[in-house]
Amino acid sequence: MKRFRVSVHIVPRKGLLDPQGKAVTDALHTLGFAAVADVHVGRHLVIETDAADAKAAEGSVREMCTRLLANPVTEDFEIAAVVAT
Amino acid sequence: MKVGVVSFPGSNCDEDALLAVVERLDEDAVLLWHKDHDLQGADVVILPGGFSYGDYLRAGAIARFSPIMQEVVAHAKRGGPVIGICNGFQIACEAGLLPGALLRNASLQFRSMPVTLRVETTDTVFTRAAEVGMRLTMPIAHGDGRYTADEATLDRLEAEGRVVFRYVDARGEATAAANPNGSMRNIAGIANAGGTVVGLMPHPERALEPLLGSTDGLVLFQSLLAAVHA
Repeated sequence: MKRFRVSVHIVPRKGLLDPQGKAVTDALHTLGFAAVADVHVGRHLVIETDAADAKAAEGSVREMCTRLLANPVTEDFEIAAVVAT
Repeated sequence: MKVGVVSFPGSNCDEDALLAVVERLDEDAVLLWHKDHDLQGADVVILPGGFSYGDYLRAGAIARFSPIMQEVVAHAKRGGPVIGICNGFQIACEAGLLPGALLRNASLQFRSMPVTLRVETTDTVFTRAAEVGMRLTMPIAHGDGRYTADEATLDRLEAEGRVVFRYVDARGEATAAANPNGSMRNIAGIANAGGTVVGLMPHPERALEPLLGSTDGLVLFQSLLAAVHA
């Protein structure tokens, strides 16, 4: 078993009203960042977990996302990085 | 009738709900500690309002793993009445007792105010003493009350008569202006398929005393009494 650091992005599902993202988009436009088309505000989790290899670590975190970390009704998740530590 | 009110760490309406049952209904009620595995013979379970587990991760997400919730889910599956109020509604959704989810209010503001609800069905344990179209005034106090589900789920809820309460204006119309959190289809409360589990964001337990501005919450408890003694 080795230890891995797995990063996960969880964001509101596309198409659902995202008032936080909209508020940030508006603020960026006010600051002059007119090129910003859209912003989504979500969560970033860093999970340190032991696994046989990177693939197993990713699989395990994927299951964590499905069962707890992301709400299947309203959120999408993306495993951004799996790094051996 | 014996009512069990679950106390999670961070619940803050558990004592209110307990007092509502004991003092206003003159029925038996007991607090159920989240770490217990025993419903103590409760016929009905109230999942109260508050901020269980600090709303960490998502409102209600962690509370669902409390030992007592295994018993609550088993009770619900046996057809036992459960009402989730505010944070309790969020917990009931996270626990899979009710479909959908409660998201951050569209305004991004915590809303603490009285709202008007329209009763949409009397086919639940908690509304059988009400009338369809009846308007009820109750307080809300939440930051994450925007009921959200996919279109297919919403259509199914409507078709099966499981939308229990909607936010309406003074004329009884479900307008955007009357909706305090941007919930889909102005939904304030829903039921499971059997009408035994109901979740709602407004607080009926805070609308039982004339001194507090409304006694409209009473009809939910009267419905429950009628159902349990039927």
